[in-house]
Amino acid sequence: MASSNSLMDSLFQRSLEDLIKGIRLQLHGESSFISKSLDEIRREIKSTDLSTKSIALQKLSYLAALHGVDMSWAAFHAVEVVSSSRFEDKRIGYHAIAQSFNDQTPVLLLITNQLRKDLNSSNEYEVSLALECLSRIGTDDLARDLTSEVFTLLGSSKAFVKKKAIGVVLRVFDKYPDAVKVCFKRLVENLESSDPHILSAVVGVFCELTTKDPRSYLPLAPEFYKILVDSRNNWVLIKVLKVFAKLASIEPRLAKKVADPICEHMRRNVGKSLLFECIRTVVSSLSDQETALKLAVARIRDFLVDDDPNLRYLGLHALSIVAPKHLWAVLENREAIVKALSDEDPNVKLEALHLLMAMVNEDNVSEISRILMNYALKSDLLFCNEVIASVLLACSRNSYEIIVDFDWYVSLLGEMARIPHCQRGQEIGHQLIDIGMRVKDARRELVRISRALLIDPALLGNQFLHPILSAAAWASGEYVEFSKTSYDIAEALLQPRTSLLPPSIRAIYIHSTFKVLVFSLKAYFSAQDSTSSPLVEESTNYVSSLVNAFTYESISSLVDMIELGLCSLSGTLDVEVQERAKNVLGFTGMIKHKIIEKVTSPESVIEASRAVAFMEDVFSEELGPVSSTAQEKVPLPDGLELNENLEDLQEICGEFLKPVVDSNSNSFSSSEKISFSVAKLRISDQLEASSSSSSHPPESASLLAEHRKRHGLYYLSSQKSDDHDDSNGNNNNTLNEYPPANEILADSFNPKKKMNQSKPRPVVVKLDEGDDIKMKPDGSSNHEPLSRAIQTALMGKGKEKEREKDNPERSLDSGTKEQSLRKDKKTKKKNGEKSSKHRSRRRSDKDASAAKPVDIVDFLL
Amino acid sequence: MIKAVMMMNTQGKPRLAKFYDYMPVEKQQELIRGVFSVLCSRPENVSNFLEIDSLFGPDSRLVYKHYATLYFVLVFDGSENELAMLDLIQVLVETLDKCFSNVCELDIVFNYSKMHAVLDEIVFGGQVLETSSAEVMKAVKEISKLEAASNSISLVPKSVSGWRGR
Repeated sequence: MASSNSLMDSLFQRSLEDLIKGIRLQLHGESSFISKSLDEIRREIKSTDLSTKSIALQKLSYLAALHGVDMSWAAFHAVEVVSSSRFEDKRIGYHAIAQSFNDQTPVLLLITNQLRKDLNSSNEYEVSLALECLSRIGTDDLARDLTSEVFTLLGSSKAFVKKKAIGVVLRVFDKYPDAVKVCFKRLVENLESSDPHILSAVVGVFCELTTKDPRSYLPLAPEFYKILVDSRNNWVLIKVLKVFAKLASIEPRLAKKVADPICEHMRRNVGKSLLFECIRTVVSSLSDQETALKLAVARIRDFLVDDDPNLRYLGLHALSIVAPKHLWAVLENREAIVKALSDEDPNVKLEALHLLMAMVNEDNVSEISRILMNYALKSDLLFCNEVIASVLLACSRNSYEIIVDFDWYVSLLGEMARIPHCQRGQEIGHQLIDIGMRVKDARRELVRISRALLIDPALLGNQFLHPILSAAAWASGEYVEFSKTSYDIAEALLQPRTSLLPPSIRAIYIHSTFKVLVFSLKAYFSAQDSTSSPLVEESTNYVSSLVNAFTYESISSLVDMIELGLCSLSGTLDVEVQERAKNVLGFTGMIKHKIIEKVTSPESVIEASRAVAFMEDVFSEELGPVSSTAQEKVPLPDGLELNENLEDLQEICGEFLKPVVDSNSNSFSSSEKISFSVAKLRISDQLEASSSSSSHPPESASLLAEHRKRHGLYYLSSQKSDDHDDSNGNNNNTLNEYPPANEILADSFNPKKKMNQSKPRPVVVKLDEGDDIKMKPDGSSNHEPLSRAIQTALMGKGKEKEREKDNPERSLDSGTKEQSLRKDKKTKKKNGEKSSKHRSRRRSDKDASAAKPVDIVDFLL
Repeated sequence: MIKAVMMMNTQGKPRLAKFYDYMPVEKQQELIRGVFSVLCSRPENVSNFLEIDSLFGPDSRLVYKHYATLYFVLVFDGSENELAMLDLIQVLVETLDKCFSNVCELDIVFNYSKMHAVLDEIVFGGQVLETSSAEVMKAVKEISKLEAASNSISLVPKSVSGWRGR
């Protein structure tokens, strides 16, 4: 029965072409046809006839590639098809394997022998199939088992096979580094091949290898150099340039050497791809070579004005590479960059925007922002927000480093909020609050802008801008003392349209109203008492001169307005809004009563004034920026016993605690040891924290840590006022202390100025964690076995002398390694610790051996 | 390294897709859709590059070319040159043109096997190994010849061996 079935299958089997036609005939619902075909395939693929099986497999791989059908279940069938003697079947099988196998495919090892057989085939096209397959799915085991076949093929006389054997070496080395011992020499020999196909293949392989681990390939620099000078093939030259870009970045003398031939290529009339590669190499790795850089920048300029948008884009891209080190190149092309902002190509626009942002400094920030705001107004939604985000990012970087005139910046933020497409409310709102807290001098303008934002009817309806309104409401309440008339602020906060806002933001509005009210009452009472009580006068003298003095009429109309605005909210559904509204109403109820009574009884005035003074105290505490890592800086109180809890912790983070314990003698009892290590850890944490904030010389960092250790309490309690970014040397003197009150007084009475260069930059409060430096994980460790193998292979290639020098050093190396191993055992290090030690050990090995290749480079220089 | 080669028509139907790193089919389909959704929103006469990090991870670039009803797409990393990759698309299209004399979308639809033969000669495991369309044509012709030969030989024995196997 089964046999007759499969006979029918093979006689009436749909070919791939039939399948494709069938799918195309389905007007709607391809999927039902596909699942029907899939049932067919499942049946056919079980056929014992290999060609029936292979056609089924081919159909399946078609469906997998273009219709997302899973084919992993057919892995074993693919292995069977590959063993067919017919070339067509074999090709289908290898295609399916390359397409669907991965390291976890269980039948993978079954193909080793088939691959070996085909690699040894006399038919070069069968060999090519096997090589292609190996290059796609080669695993550690396959690479190990087939290394000798690959080695043989590297010596093939047929270029067709040889170039593919070269290509497969990349995968083999990656999976099985020991293959370097066998194949590396033949690979290197091909660098001198006269066949352009072979040369292109081998240079391509070295380009990939060098990208992963440039240091190991420095000794081959002479070979690459020869190709760079002699070759006229764009493909080859591009790859060699990429190799040199990597090598030159670790060996500066090489940069000098290759600059000339690269300039030569740039001067020749070469293809644009090669020209661009030359430019990229120069700007990324040879930017210290003046002539080369100048030539490259000149070529970039040609790109920027080219008709081809690809070249314009790449030109801008090249500029952005060179920008950090040689800003002049960007500045020179400023006009072209600004023009590119209105390019129809979004890529070009974005790249131009990034470049403009790279140019920004404190002198031109306002001008560039002006240009960009105009573009943001005209642009589509996507680019508009990209512009706004870039400006926000550039200006806020490093605690608003480039902003001198904060009044201007605050009004710029207000302007951004009014750009119709703006969706960056979150960030704008955040910066408004942040500036309010950090920059005292900006508060007056902040309150002015905030009120303008609050009363702008366009903003309330746009949910993206709600965070801005929230920030504006908060700022106008918190810094109400800088407002001209607190009545206007209260009016803005209570406008009926605030019902459009989400409850969480309304709550902020109401709370700000409360602050305004308390402030106004205080002003009112102190104006009344100013003659009688000198004490009150002292604390509020600046207020009375700032704000229109409140009369009895004005204060009661304010209270009335607040009551009217909030009474409807006391019944609202949201509890937060309701509670805040009721708080305010309760307070007004009490105060109103007293104010009215005032006419008859002076007693109640004093009472009310006391109540207001009390409320004012509640709000008077200044809010400052808080470090997100503040909690970590809390020192351990003296009497705290942590040993028992930490016993368990030690198991978990043993390797973390160990080094600290290790550095002291082991004579402590275990509990002592741990508590001690905790104390040490804290200090080392602080050390890390302070030293991570860059540019700080190590000794002063340790001094700082020392100071912290001694005055830990001081650091904690005055967190917000003392955590300046001490590392920032040039700002040190201005930032040493939080500005005392009188400084603000003097400054904040200045009438608002327009852009004024002579105006000193106001104090900006900074925090420690201002510029976080993230430690990158060491990526090189992955390639270690391979790079060691390569270095060993190249060592043999070097001169006798070097080999002599090399040997004793190696034995020494292994000796120290053994020693350190033994030491490890003795001190019973945890596993993690041991391996990390090894890693660093190995790295220094590598450094030692890497120092030698430089000699070989000298040979070239 | 080249990470992927794709061809899709202007309606977003994939016509050829090859990923040089193993990827589950669902992920492949997702990437094809993702690439198309960006491609179809791009106006004519703009640059041929796409920012693609969100789809293919950091340090990946994409170039594409639009011919008639088809998009040709190459995804690759920093070891390739963007303009050279555009040239490579040109090489591929030229070769297909020679292969099918004036290639059109239907040729690509119906010649799954031959398409891959051409592509495999040009890109080998993610590396560019051949850029001369004449060389590619030579190899593709040889492969077709071998396939035809294996067919004619096996016409009769095919069923016999099939019977014997049972």
